[in-house]
Parts: sequence; C-alpha cells; structure tokens
Amino acid sequence: MSGIETVGVAGAGGTMGIGIAIVMARAGFATLAFDRSAAALERAIGQATVFLAKSVERGKLTREAADAIGGRITPVTDVAALKDCDLVIEAVFEDLETKKSLFAAIDGLCSPHAILASNTSTLSITEIAAASRRPERVVGLHFCLPAQLMRLVEVSPGLMTSEETFARAWAFMERCGQIPVKTQDKPGFILNALLVPFNNDAIRAVEAGVAQPAAIDRAVKAGLGYKMGPLELVDLVGLDTQLRLCEAFYPITLDPRASAPPLLRRMVAAGLLGRKSGRGFFDYAGETIYGG
Amino acid sequence: MAAETLHYAVVGQSKSRSFPEDDPFLGGAGPTAEADILIILGGGFGAGPTAIPDDAALYRAVLVELGTECLSYHTGADGGPGNLLGFARYRIGELAPSPLVELVRGPGADDGAVATAEALFGAHGFVVAVCSDQAGRIVDRLVRPKYNSALRFLDEGLATQEAMDLTCRLGLGYPEGPIERVRRSGIEDHYRVSLALFEVYGTPAYTPAAGAVMAARRREHGL
Ligand SMILES: NC(=O)c1ccc[n+]([C@@H]2O[C@H](COP(=O)([O-])OP(=O)(O)OC[C@H]3O[C@@H](n4cnc5c(N)ncnc54)[C@H](O)[C@@H]3O)[C@@H](O)[C@H]2O)c1
Repeated sequence: MSGIETVGVAGAGGTMGIGIAIVMARAGFATLAFDRSAAALERAIGQATVFLAKSVERGKLTREAADAIGGRITPVTDVAALKDCDLVIEAVFEDLETKKSLFAAIDGLCSPHAILASNTSTLSITEIAAASRRPERVVGLHFCLPAQLMRLVEVSPGLMTSEETFARAWAFMERCGQIPVKTQDKPGFILNALLVPFNNDAIRAVEAGVAQPAAIDRAVKAGLGYKMGPLELVDLVGLDTQLRLCEAFYPITLDPRASAPPLLRRMVAAGLLGRKSGRGFFDYAGETIYGG
Repeated sequence: MAAETLHYAVVGQSKSRSFPEDDPFLGGAGPTAEADILIILGGGFGAGPTAIPDDAALYRAVLVELGTECLSYHTGADGGPGNLLGFARYRIGELAPSPLVELVRGPGADDGAVATAEALFGAHGFVVAVCSDQAGRIVDRLVRPKYNSALRFLDEGLATQEAMDLTCRLGLGYPEGPIERVRRSGIEDHYRVSLALFEVYGTPAYTPAAGAVMAARRREHGL
C-alpha cells in the first residue's frame, strides 16, 4: 500500500507536469495541478482537455471517463494549496536552485508523512532532497516524454531516502499503471545516461564525415531495429535541449562522450534547433538534409 | 521508367558474414562474364588483403566485403580504382544478418559506381547506407560504446540488467535492451569488434567492458 490518496504536481503548466497530472488523475486520484504561471497552467489544462477528447475519439476512453479524469485535475497557482498532499511530484524548470527553493517551501507546508518526488533528468535527487528537512521522504520519479503515454518511470532513491518511501513511491507508480524501474541516483539515471552520449556520438559521426544524417539514421534503424534514428530524435527533442543535457552531464561525469560536440554548439548558435525551429539535421519545410 | 536489371557475380570465400550460404542473394548471382558488378566475399584481417582482380575496370562496380577492417586495408591508402567500393551487411555476432548494407566509399570512389551498388542492393530489398571509409562504419561506431557503457553501468550497480533492458525497450522503443542483445549475440564477439575499434580510436568508449573481456578470456579455455 502506498498510503497516497491526495497528490499534487508542481510545474503542471509544463510539458512533463501536465502529462504526470493526467497519469495520476486517470488512475483515480484527486490531483492538484500547481504552477506559478497562471498562463502556462491554463494552456496546459487546455492541452489536457484536447488529449482527453482525442482519447475519446480514438475509442480509448468513454466520454464519461474522460470527463471524470478532467474533473479530478484542479489547477492552482498558490503553493499553499498543496498542503494536504500525500505526494507532490515536481516537474519545474531543470534548475537546482529553483527545485531546492520549491522543495523547501513544500516541505514547510505538507505533513511529515508526505513524499516529495522530483522528475529531474539530470540533477541529483540527494542534492535536491538536502533542501528539505525530510530527505528520507524524497525520491526521484523520472517519467518519459510524453508522460501521459509512456509507462516507464525510473525510480531513484537518494542517499538518504528510506526504504519505506521508496516502496510507497514504487507501489503508487504501479497503482497509476506505470512500469517502475529502480536506478541509483546517478547523472541521467539509465535512460539519459545511455541516450545523451549515443546521440552525441551520432552528431560527431556527422561532424567526422562518416555519413550524411539521413544515412546514419537509416543505418541505425535498419541495422539495430530502432524505431527512430538518433538525429531525428535530437531534432525532436531539440538541439538546445541536447546541448543543455550535455552541459549538465559533462561537468559531473567528465565522460568525453557526454561533452557537447562542436557541431551541436554551432547549430544551436545558428538557430537550427530541430523540429521546433523548422530545421535541425533535417529540414522540416522541405525534405532537404543538413549537409546534403 | 522500369528499373534496369543489374547482373552480378560473386567470388571469394564461401564463408561470408553478409550472405550465409543459403542466402537468396547468392542464388541470384551469375557468371563473371555477364556481370555488371563483381562482389568479392571475404572480409576480416585473417585472410590478408583481397587481391583486386586485373580486370576490375570491366565492371561498373567491384564490391569488397569488409569485416572490422577499413577498405584501405585492401586497396592501400589511395583507395584503389574509382569503381571499387567496400560493403558489409550489418550483423551483430552470430545473429541473423540485418537488412542493412553499409556501402563504403574510399577517397576516390566514383558516384556512378556508388549509385550502381545502391541500385543493386536496393533491388534485392536491402536498406543501403553510404558511408566513408572509417573504422566501425556507421553502426558499430555508434553502438559499441553504448554496449560498453551498459555493461559498465551493470558492473557499477546503476541498475539490474532487467531494469536497464526494460528501460531501453519501453523508454526508447528498442526491440531489445543493450545487455540482452549483446549477450544473445555473443559477448565475446562484442569484445572482438570493440577491441578492433579501440585499436583505431584509442578512446575509453571502445575499451571492451570487463564483462566482455572476461567472457572472451574464458572462451580461450573453451568455457
Ligand atoms: N521535457 C522532457 O523531455 C523531460 C523528460 C523527463 C523529465 N523532464 C524533467 O521535467 C522537468 C520539467 O521539464 P519540462 O520540459 O516539462 O519543463 P517546462 O519548461 O515545459 O515546464 C516547467 C514548468 O514549471 C513551472 N515552474 C517553474 N518554476 C516554478 C516554481 N518555482 N513553482 C511552480 N512552477 C514553476 C513553469 O511555469 C513551467 O510551466 C525538468 O526537471 C526536466 O528535466 C523533462
């Protein structure tokens, strides 16, 4: 038993936060969707409504079920509203100070039994936990994008996390229909620790003239059976995001594969950010290929 | 316009990693006298550099099968005649070959020969990726460091094998996790390929992970 009934998401106006809120509301939990930006929150709630309506259209949900899920999500812009939560998952900006001050604030509001979880991709759970007076009740819950569709969650105990907290968080993820995997509190956990250097290697292969981006992606897909090539994936995630991930990992790990390839820096500087800017390794306006 | 039928002949060693004996592609080969394309099977350092036939210029393309070596091992640094290309069908360990053919162009490769080779493989249902003559070509260059990392993470206790493989399948959409794949395909084969790339690149990424080294050493004693 997780002993978790009332839940909150901080940063629910963001991409990950609203997805996580949908997951919990879908599992039947009254979910407080907190964001300090009312505009972001309104936009995200609108996106959740569209997602639920599409699920009805596709026959994945009944209209009644979709309405009930939407009804369980309550938008709030005052952090104090989270005070009765048994679990708060934060998905605010990937910035240690932002997360620490939020954790300190929530720590002062919620009852001592409440669990505080972080969806951080690159920061240390132990460091974030140190900002609260309950590091034994802090755990990493790293969802994948898009959270409302991806079932995997990396569950990471910090150095001080109690076994009970870990077990409650794990059980709660299972109740939400997610598939938890346990990883240590290390940079990038499993997923990003494997993916970020792999994507960098693909960028370095372009840089080294091994092959054109399209050939690299084609080879990886046909040779390894991956659904997506590394360069189309970087275009999807955003080259700026890939650069930020490198900048978070490299200083901690000193793994040369995690350092930002010069080509990545140049492309970001040139505004070639991938899909979001219309061009990255591939051109989304036409079918032209970068370097082609 | 109907696609032109390209005739090809296959010579060289009978044991090919790209085309096992019963591979339908071998069945479509004809005599050298009628061939547009000559395919020389072999690959690897073991048998020494492939002798390029004197009549190579008669073919629209001559394709030399490669193992972990570069095309320049067979041609010398100048890359040989423009119609000479390298190729390897991607295959990990003893698992069935994939549909991918990596087509290697040396420094002086001519575009017509590349296009002809692409057309031939494409007509037989292969996916072709053209690359330059660098160690590991595309896929091994990218995937071997990932397998080494995954094996090292396992040694360091980041997560269990099941957790790592599941994460890759569910989170990244891989058909198989890195550790299950490297083990199923033969971890000592990973050692062999990784070491070959390490000899060229010398970076920690290609240093075979401990698990691979131990498996390879045990294999030397028949274990
Ligand atoms: N985007 C991804 O692919 C992905 C995947 C897994 C994990 N993550 C992690 O999830 C977190 C959020 O990422 P995102 O991409 O959804 O970010 P985002 O920029 O889309 O959203 C962040 C939201 O947090 C809000 N916010 C910022 N500071 C706040 C505060 N002090 N209090 C309340 N709200 C605040 C912002 O208004 C914004 O709506 C990060 O830690 C990121 O590393 C992201």
